[in-house]
Amino acid sequence: MTDAAAPIDHAEPRSRSVIAGSYLDSEGGGLSEWLLTTDHKRIALLYAVMITAFFFIGGAAATLMRLELVSPAGHFLTDDEYNRVFTLHGIIMVWFFLVPLIPATFGNFFLPLMIGAPDVAFPKLNLMSWYLTLIGGLCVLAALLMGGVDTGWTFYPPYSTAFSNSNVALAVLGVIIAGFGTIATGVNFVATTHTLRAPGMTWFRLPLFVWTVYATSLVMILATPVLAITLMLVAADRLFGLPVFDGFRGGDPLLFQHLFWFYSHPAVYIMILPAMGVVTEIITCFARRRVFGYAMMVYAVLAIAIIGFAVWGHHMFVSGQSVFANLVFSFLSFIVAVPSAIKVFNWTATLYRGQITFEAPMLYALGFVGLFTIGGLTGLFLASVPIDIQVTGTYFVVAHFHYVMVGGAVSAYFAGLHFWWPKITGRLYSEAWARFAAVLMFFGFNFTFFPQFILGYLGMPRRYHTYPAEFQPWNVMSSTGAVVLAAAYALPLFYLVWSCFYGKISPADPWHAKGLEWRTSSPPPKRNFLRTPVVTEEPYDYHDPGAAPQAEARPVDAARLAAVAPRPIGGAHG
Amino acid sequence: MAEAALASRTPNALREPWSQLSRQREAATLGMWLFLMSEMLFFGALFMAFSFSRALDPAAFAEAARHAEIAYGAANTAVLVTSSLTITIAVRAADAARGKLAARLLAATATLGVAFLVIKGFEYRDDLRHHLFPGHDFALGRNATQIFWAFYWAMTGVHAIHLTVGVVLVLRLFWLVRRGRMSLASPQLEVTSLYWHLVDAFWIVLFPTLYVAARG
Repeated sequence: MTDAAAPIDHAEPRSRSVIAGSYLDSEGGGLSEWLLTTDHKRIALLYAVMITAFFFIGGAAATLMRLELVSPAGHFLTDDEYNRVFTLHGIIMVWFFLVPLIPATFGNFFLPLMIGAPDVAFPKLNLMSWYLTLIGGLCVLAALLMGGVDTGWTFYPPYSTAFSNSNVALAVLGVIIAGFGTIATGVNFVATTHTLRAPGMTWFRLPLFVWTVYATSLVMILATPVLAITLMLVAADRLFGLPVFDGFRGGDPLLFQHLFWFYSHPAVYIMILPAMGVVTEIITCFARRRVFGYAMMVYAVLAIAIIGFAVWGHHMFVSGQSVFANLVFSFLSFIVAVPSAIKVFNWTATLYRGQITFEAPMLYALGFVGLFTIGGLTGLFLASVPIDIQVTGTYFVVAHFHYVMVGGAVSAYFAGLHFWWPKITGRLYSEAWARFAAVLMFFGFNFTFFPQFILGYLGMPRRYHTYPAEFQPWNVMSSTGAVVLAAAYALPLFYLVWSCFYGKISPADPWHAKGLEWRTSSPPPKRNFLRTPVVTEEPYDYHDPGAAPQAEARPVDAARLAAVAPRPIGGAHG
Repeated sequence: MAEAALASRTPNALREPWSQLSRQREAATLGMWLFLMSEMLFFGALFMAFSFSRALDPAAFAEAARHAEIAYGAANTAVLVTSSLTITIAVRAADAARGKLAARLLAATATLGVAFLVIKGFEYRDDLRHHLFPGHDFALGRNATQIFWAFYWAMTGVHAIHLTVGVVLVLRLFWLVRRGRMSLASPQLEVTSLYWHLVDAFWIVLFPTLYVAARG
């Protein structure tokens, strides 16, 4: 892809000292070197550790819920405890796992690498973002230890302001603080993309992952402040008695819902847009095929980000807003599905006549396409007012957004994790275990959440822990699936950690992938490139335009078969 | 050790990861504008919520707004607009490499910011004396007048927090410039002034919204 980039000279010979000279090694390994680092790659790893911890805390809450729902009578938790458990699950998973999930980890690590930059525009601000997110998360955990919150993750007044006897103010404060961290990340990424692109890296040569992170950052900058002020007004009511949303005194609780969803619907795109970017990178690489309709993909990403701001009212079809508003929001929600569909068609067209291989990242990515499509299509059911009125507040809604956020965003996260793991750590993981985990995750996910579509259609409401006996078979099925899913999530923890110590050394470009991040050593040096790369080619240059893609053996296979054989990477793409 | 001391005496504006100061300036300014966009939505949501609530009961809002102390508000508008002038001249002075003048004007800006907060404090004292804080002993009754005053405290409070942050940032610049610890070419001056102007601009919208237009 580049003529000046290949910093190969330094990459070999490396037998045991895989990390010598890399970002993992150059600043020192002490705790303070990590906690005070301004290297975007190290900050990405700090985020990864933090969100993994939050994922398991939120997952523990989900486990309790699925356990409770095995029996219709609900033997383990009281009503009040159940409320606190699902609230915790929601707050942790939305704000401390899904929102930072891909932007703060892969975005942080690969945005500068992919555009040929030595770091993000504001490295200190980047570290501050991590601390803000951490402090916010600790506030929420403190609220949990002091007895929890029982409002649901949406904090609707008047319950949250006037009635709830739980630690609403502290949890809300935590979300606000983390929100400022998100805004700072967004500012950093947008400024980086504008000002630090390498020579020759024009806007329409940017990898699509960069485009999605860029669009996501704009949404973060423009949506998060509305959440911050809205939740501040809730906190102001609880702490100082300022009754902005109090209907008894002439305020309007619905105003809260409008402001809340003005953030929280775009927040869905904060979660899914970068996931789409990750999957695009992987599908094009493992099909050995240029991305079909690159420009259209860019426009689709931007269209989703923009139209996503105008659909929030579909969360409020039964709230009593006007019928006219319902119709408009319904129409706009159908419109926002068009660019998403364009992306699905373009992924499919990219696969068409590709030289497809099924390594673990590709399995996760293909799983994403299927699950996201189901999640997206059921979203259209819910965008249609009559169906939404029928299934509002049921498990149909729960299943829908878990297909998008877990089947979509989390699958894409695991896809990216396996795709970039050799680059991040310099090690190869066990492909067999990884493929097994990918298939298990797809199976476990559907096993857990597909029954919830049926439950919702049959009329089981969400947020209840007791239910009529006729719903039990579907609930047992869902809870059993959750066990499989939990195992699939735990597996990578073992074989990925194992690979850090015993995995084979990865070459700089194990997948023969395009993109600047593969043109530097694995793991990359502190300032990413030894010489500033100069970009001279179009993105995803996997084959000559108009010619069929060629199958080829990858260095990753050779590395796995033979002993470690460092390859002169410089000539690889010649 | 000697090297470090030397470095601190000849401050360099260039920071990681930049290789050119002009590019760093461009990025810092862009970053601040992006943050200001975010702030616009932060306050924008607040103004929208206020206008919406006012439309629900304009009569109660008009009655409540007549209790707001317009003299304090007007005085504060004058103080804050003047502070925007002083910080603008401070940035121009720094551009012209006149460090002493820049430092003096930064001090004037911070002083005007503090003056605003002091005047606001007196206004708050009067408001509390007149029982204008929503709650049981609220002076105007249990209706939308409480909503107006809830917005009053929330909006002026959030603005005062922003201004306090601004005063701290300006005082920091003052100290750095005066001690010669910061290069006058640093983008921090311009970026801080952008933030200061935004806080000023919010007040320019906030003052007529709360004190003038709502009276009805």
